[in-house]
Amino acid sequence: MRKLTPAYNPNAPAVDPVGKSLPQDSAARHVAGSAVYVDDMPAYPDQLHVAVGVSSHAHARVLGMALDAVRAAPGVVDVVVQADIPGSADISPVFDGDLLLAGDTVHYVGQPLFAVAATSLEAAQRAVQLAQVDYEPLVPRLEVTESLAAEDFLLPTRRSRLGDPEAALAAAAMTLSGEMAVGGQEHFYLEGQVALAVPDEVGVQIYSSSQHPAEVQKLAAEVLDLPLHAVTVQVRRMGGGFGGKESQPAALACLAALFARRTGRSVRYRMPRWADMVQTGKRHPFWNRYTVGFDESGVIQALVMDVAGNCGCTADLSDGIVDRAANHADNAYFLKNAAVTGYRCRTNMVSHTAFRGFGAPQGIVTTEAFMDDIARRVGMDPLDVRKANLYRPGDSTPYGQEIEESVLVDLVAELEHSCDYRARRAAVAAFNAQGGTLRRGLSLVPVKFGISFTTTHLNQAGALVHIYTDGSVHVSHGGTEMGQGLYIKVAQVVARALGVSIERVMPGATCTDKVPNASPTAASAGTDMNGMAALDACNRIRKRLVSFAAQHFGCDEGAVELRDDHVFAGEQVVPFPDFISLAYLNRVSLSSTGFYRTPKIHFNRETGQGRPFFYFANGAACSEVVVDTSTGEYRVTRVDVLHDVGASLNPAIDIGQIEGGFVQGMGWLTTEELSWNDDGVITSNSPANYKIPTAADVPEHFDVRLFQRPNAEDTVYHSKAVGEPPLMLPISVWCALRDACASLCDYRFNPRMDPPATPERVYWAAREALRG
Amino acid sequence: MEFYLNGELQQCTGVDANMTLLRYLRERLGKVGTKEGCASGDCGACTVLIADADDTSPQAINSCICLLGSVQGRQVLTVEGLEQDGELHPVQQAMVDCHGSQCGFCTPGFVMSLAGLYQRSLAQGGETPGRHAITDCIAGNLCRCTGYRPIVEAGQRMLTYPQRGIFNEPATQTGAPDRDDRQPLVGGAQRYYQPRSRSNLRAILAVEPGATLVAGGTDLALEITQRYREFEVLVDISAIDSLATIGEEDGYIRIGAGVRYHQLMGHPLLASTPLDGLLARLGSEQVRNRGTIGGNLANGSPIADMPPVLMAWGADVEVVNTLGERTRYPVEDFYLDYRQTRLQAGDYIEAVYIPMHLSRAPHRFYKLSKRFEDDISSVMCAVSMTLDGGYVLGVRIAYGGMAAVPRRASAAEQQLLGAQLTDAVIDNACTSLDNEFQPLSDVRASAVYRLDMAAALLRRALRALRDGDAPDVFELGEVSHA
Repeated sequence: MRKLTPAYNPNAPAVDPVGKSLPQDSAARHVAGSAVYVDDMPAYPDQLHVAVGVSSHAHARVLGMALDAVRAAPGVVDVVVQADIPGSADISPVFDGDLLLAGDTVHYVGQPLFAVAATSLEAAQRAVQLAQVDYEPLVPRLEVTESLAAEDFLLPTRRSRLGDPEAALAAAAMTLSGEMAVGGQEHFYLEGQVALAVPDEVGVQIYSSSQHPAEVQKLAAEVLDLPLHAVTVQVRRMGGGFGGKESQPAALACLAALFARRTGRSVRYRMPRWADMVQTGKRHPFWNRYTVGFDESGVIQALVMDVAGNCGCTADLSDGIVDRAANHADNAYFLKNAAVTGYRCRTNMVSHTAFRGFGAPQGIVTTEAFMDDIARRVGMDPLDVRKANLYRPGDSTPYGQEIEESVLVDLVAELEHSCDYRARRAAVAAFNAQGGTLRRGLSLVPVKFGISFTTTHLNQAGALVHIYTDGSVHVSHGGTEMGQGLYIKVAQVVARALGVSIERVMPGATCTDKVPNASPTAASAGTDMNGMAALDACNRIRKRLVSFAAQHFGCDEGAVELRDDHVFAGEQVVPFPDFISLAYLNRVSLSSTGFYRTPKIHFNRETGQGRPFFYFANGAACSEVVVDTSTGEYRVTRVDVLHDVGASLNPAIDIGQIEGGFVQGMGWLTTEELSWNDDGVITSNSPANYKIPTAADVPEHFDVRLFQRPNAEDTVYHSKAVGEPPLMLPISVWCALRDACASLCDYRFNPRMDPPATPERVYWAAREALRG
Repeated sequence: MEFYLNGELQQCTGVDANMTLLRYLRERLGKVGTKEGCASGDCGACTVLIADADDTSPQAINSCICLLGSVQGRQVLTVEGLEQDGELHPVQQAMVDCHGSQCGFCTPGFVMSLAGLYQRSLAQGGETPGRHAITDCIAGNLCRCTGYRPIVEAGQRMLTYPQRGIFNEPATQTGAPDRDDRQPLVGGAQRYYQPRSRSNLRAILAVEPGATLVAGGTDLALEITQRYREFEVLVDISAIDSLATIGEEDGYIRIGAGVRYHQLMGHPLLASTPLDGLLARLGSEQVRNRGTIGGNLANGSPIADMPPVLMAWGADVEVVNTLGERTRYPVEDFYLDYRQTRLQAGDYIEAVYIPMHLSRAPHRFYKLSKRFEDDISSVMCAVSMTLDGGYVLGVRIAYGGMAAVPRRASAAEQQLLGAQLTDAVIDNACTSLDNEFQPLSDVRASAVYRLDMAAALLRRALRALRDGDAPDVFELGEVSHA
């Protein structure tokens, strides 16, 4: 029977969803509590739970482990040590060294030594406490400065050079030297690390909370000594990732898979928060030093800078992270002459890992500190010094990439005007001139962030698009959804490409058997890459559909259009589902893969030169604070942001990324303080003593706007990546806190205030300023 | 035991005394909308609402640190209970429309906290709550994705939709048979008692000498959820009405040991004190709805916020043993050493007594922490002072975070007593703290910072009590964007 379909109404609003503020694809399920995370999946009745026994030493030889009591504990079904691993015990993402279970030496407090599978999480956790481990303690290295002095590096040191920095420094009218210890950061994704492994007849099916399912698949296969095709990994969504689920989830998935294969039972491994905060890597703390030369008007002539990443005990992703710290030492400024060196320091700490910004924040904050210091030295407003140094088209970065767009100058000028910077600067100065312990601070800071993986081969993506006979569309790609809105953005791209309404497009869970060999969802490139791959798939199907329509309706292919949920072919107007049904009956393939490789990029790590980035994302923020200099307590009173996302695919999602990135970065720079004791035990090990921002830390005036200019590069509908760059915008908060303290010495200098600026550190900075 | 979940009676069988409400919901009932983010009451992802069976005014709590037995006979509302006829509740719709979720994991917790505020606002006429009420309501909910702006906006919009209560009617009472409250509510190898009277409490303590008392459980439950301890005998005192009242008695304000923080907020007997401002920061709403004043004393923590306040008030704590014998100690004498108090096995705290006249003396309470909201103090300072013609007639200064126990600054008090309160006298009193305290360095603050802050807060308090308060950073923050 023929279905009645409403006739096409030319006056109906266009259904093209690109550029619209659609909600996150799962928003209604989030608020209803029906969005399913890994730990929400139903349990098989005989399911097992995993816990690991860990090292209590930062560095020691393991002389023996007595596990009989563990094996005999109530509920314990299986116990494994390294020797029980059938395949590879090394689960490193890039370089060797990350062991699923430790061998004869342990390298940090919390390193897994053995694992238990038991009938409940509690039984497993109680059991691991019964182990007796005999250690021969070795001297641990806990200070990055000691690693640097001893040249205790995990990977080769890399350098970038521009011009002749030594000569330029010698010739500069003024120079400043300094050093800064930059704090790390705990990811604190609200959903802790988790994996569920279900054995099947050939291998294992894994449900993981991972930004990199293909890597989980590969490592689990290697651990189990199976081919990759015997392991399938699915990720529907993560409860937050932020880089902390790029390499870290593999260990959980591999152990769950190992027990699943050994016992034939489904195995769940959920890391409790207290364990997650000890056992998983964090943002790298850095120790940086620099000498900068400049002229009387604050224009930089040369920079020599060393960035030393505290990588912890293994390389993990540190090579790229230190690269990115080094190649963001310029932030938004033309250095003219520069030598930037990046060191990968080994310490006996958990191996630090990816975290939104991937090293760039630790480089940029150091640079912004000396921008303020230059301003004090030459007696100028810090904003004027920053503006005088902004990149212009044609300038070259220290790593040899030429600046092509002129976004920065325009963007900073627009924000300076819209946030009323000059009048507020005068008001802050007048307030502080009254004296007293309360001081205000103000700062406007630009951010430039390079978009692409600096490991060139990772800049590839795949997608899979199906159209079913009812006209509904299913899209899969290699990207994972961690809350950033990737699924809805790609669905918007697909809807436009096929000319259908967004309701027809369903994003499917990311799965290694749909799109193979996918890169991690990282480097802010999720939409750029997967959106383009999905577009490619759509274009392939579209081409077939257009060709079929032209032939079927007897018109030119040029006269066929897919838009507004209809197909227009010459005089014919056919609703999309009817047309798809027709195409099916005429044996037209309604499914396609798509592929994308980012163009133009290349980078030589040996020479430190190339074009590592397809383009730059830019932004600026102006923040104002008030500080009680007698205690160091402070409050952020106003924030204005202008950020460049190109032509936004979804303004609400982009603004959400900017606001969220800002507050997360503000936490890193203010209240979030990692600390370790002299034995290498992390003491900031719980949300009771590691404080991420709350709603009250966000000022009521928090104005975030999008800079209106499409990406000059041919990205997906000329949008720009947005995930990481906003994390650095709150460096303006840190600078404003220092600005407030500097008022105590009449802005003659800036006191040292290494981030995070906890109330205590702000207090000490204020004391230094008061001493003069 | 039994409780009502989203209006339906749940008979709980085969549970053990150490089971938390969150685990029961997720593992036994498959109600997985409520999430575990930390299992320590710090993140709020597990927030649910509870109310008495005959009540429709709900309270947000952290279900991760709520022992199942403590909801006996009560109503529990989870995120699954908000939709009606397949339609989202206005709180949920506002969250969608404001883009209030990103990863979505914290979202059910935020929805439930806002739902509690929504219901309270409805009861008060359905006006949109102020921004401060919204941020206070979600101070115990952490979000790592959004930066909170859209969530606050959802709170500002939720009452603009067609209004719909969340507990429309009290749950149907099934007339559960009167239970013998001297018998365990949950039996077996591990037992959970919930006596309704003090005499039955004493009777239970007499036969269960190894019993651990639990009131709000906001600290005790961490032993279970963080260290996997299994208590053999838990005795929940929260059903004993006489321990949960605030009243006037013989010139004292009597606060029962089971009084929860939220009961203290806005209480008329304490209206002249700056307590509300401190309580807003002492713990999140979820914690204030559970934590009790007796629990804060009994756990013996050197960084608890109430003991310095009680010391500044000159309060006594009353301890009762299994024979019913009562002993009163000044709060400063209640603490013996790090995590050691006067409490012996079988003892319980009955109440604290604050002399009326001291409660009315001018006070300042200052809490210093890394984060403004829901953080443990680096230094907590409570000062009470009466002045007569510029001379100090009486002064009490007490600190948390400065020693192994909450302690008074006796030397500083002695210096001030009788003196004319000049800046020099204030400075001397502040300097004397250096000799009086040897604080520790830890994850929250260094010893030197703590010493400096003890002085800075005392200086601030004494000047404020002498001259009136100077504006502070938090007020200025509000003013600048007004």
